[in-house]
Amino acid sequence: MAAAQAVEEMRTRVVLGEFGVRNVHTTDFPGNYSGYDDAWDQDRFEKNFRVDVVHMDENSLEFDMVGIDAAIANAFRRILLAEVPTMAVEKVLVYNNTSIVQDEILAHRLGLIPIHADPRLFEYRNQGDEEGTEIDTLQFRLHVRCTRNPRAAKDSSDPNELYVNHKVYTRHMTWVPLGNQADVFPEGTIRPVHDDILIAQLRPGQEIDLLMQCVKGIGKDHAKFSPVATASYRLLPDITLLEPVEGAAAEELSRCFSPGVIEVKEVQGKKVAIVANPRLDTFSREIFRHEKLKKAVRLARVRDHYIFSVESTGVLPPDVLVSEAIKVLMGKCRRFLDELDTVQMD
Amino acid sequence: MKTSMAEGERKTALEMVQAAGTDRHCVTFVLHEEDHTLGNSLRYVIMKNPEVEFCGYTTTHPSESKINLRIQTRGALPAIEPFQKGLNELMAVCQHVLDKFEASIKDYKDRKASRNEHAF
Repeated sequence: MAAAQAVEEMRTRVVLGEFGVRNVHTTDFPGNYSGYDDAWDQDRFEKNFRVDVVHMDENSLEFDMVGIDAAIANAFRRILLAEVPTMAVEKVLVYNNTSIVQDEILAHRLGLIPIHADPRLFEYRNQGDEEGTEIDTLQFRLHVRCTRNPRAAKDSSDPNELYVNHKVYTRHMTWVPLGNQADVFPEGTIRPVHDDILIAQLRPGQEIDLLMQCVKGIGKDHAKFSPVATASYRLLPDITLLEPVEGAAAEELSRCFSPGVIEVKEVQGKKVAIVANPRLDTFSREIFRHEKLKKAVRLARVRDHYIFSVESTGVLPPDVLVSEAIKVLMGKCRRFLDELDTVQMD
Repeated sequence: MKTSMAEGERKTALEMVQAAGTDRHCVTFVLHEEDHTLGNSLRYVIMKNPEVEFCGYTTTHPSESKINLRIQTRGALPAIEPFQKGLNELMAVCQHVLDKFEASIKDYKDRKASRNEHAF
């Protein structure tokens, strides 16, 4: 009985010990455990797999993926960060820049501005193509000149009063449609995601006049193309009390974990600690600093339950990003399957 | 002995390298322009195949974007078969994940919409 429990723990839980983490790697491959059939079975996978959306708003998404392995969950995370394409400023043609900000610093900053354009409607630019066509390029113009405000008070020292146009924001960027883009994209849809990003500061007499070209790219090439602010996952915590904890120790136990994880209930006049909501815990491992309590608790994580958190930069809604990431992985498999087919035809 | 699969000037995406003296059940596949994203997930799916005796992958060097994926099969099964089976199974997993995810998102949006209606 104990041996079976130990095997189950090895197969399904990642255990956080006092000095290290145990059972980290996936071991359920065929032949490793006698009495278990671990060969890949699509029906068994489909029966055990589920997705639960916990919270979604326009820029962030939290969902659970249960019944999948770390390798595939991590592949989705890596693709969300680095291989879902977006549009970003790549080339900056500087006509006039007399501001304090150097050309290349300004160009770098412009590249990092998220551009609100659906990348699925654009193509990648062909290598060696310098000009860019309407199907692979977006153009923006930025022309700001700072002047002195003639109506400012004599002794004012507030730059907002003294100068006109001294802060260059993304709202000063105007879209220049190429070819038939004006017909395809309604007015106001192609713009930076946020209009209050400060690009540069100017003083009277300084001017910035430039033309930006945006292309489609992926995060692997440059981080400016990454569509997520971040995408991460954590495993579902699993806290078990190995022995009953009562009285003052129960109160102490509840303080060792994040609020809401351990609840102290009154049972027959005694205070008893129960595990109420382990999902909220962030595993500070405070319990290991208490000699008597650390033997009463087993800290573990459920190996195949992933709590994903995706935060989009605003280019695409986060659920669309996850769908695109899954499609990218399918595309990779299909690419190699096609390669195999072309070889086997020979 | 190297067998490369490429036509004309298209860059090879996949190569098979086989050591001299072995038959086709131990093969190293060189996948170009790939990294741990596909390597680890493919390795996991191929290892789930009971006919596979060994499956592992490495990145050759961080400056090169390619992986070496080695498959050794039990018996005389040609190594290309679990490779192809693994790709197909990974695609089936992704398709199922996509379907379940989109259904779950739709369900969440519907529930949220009906909750907003009740609020009015």
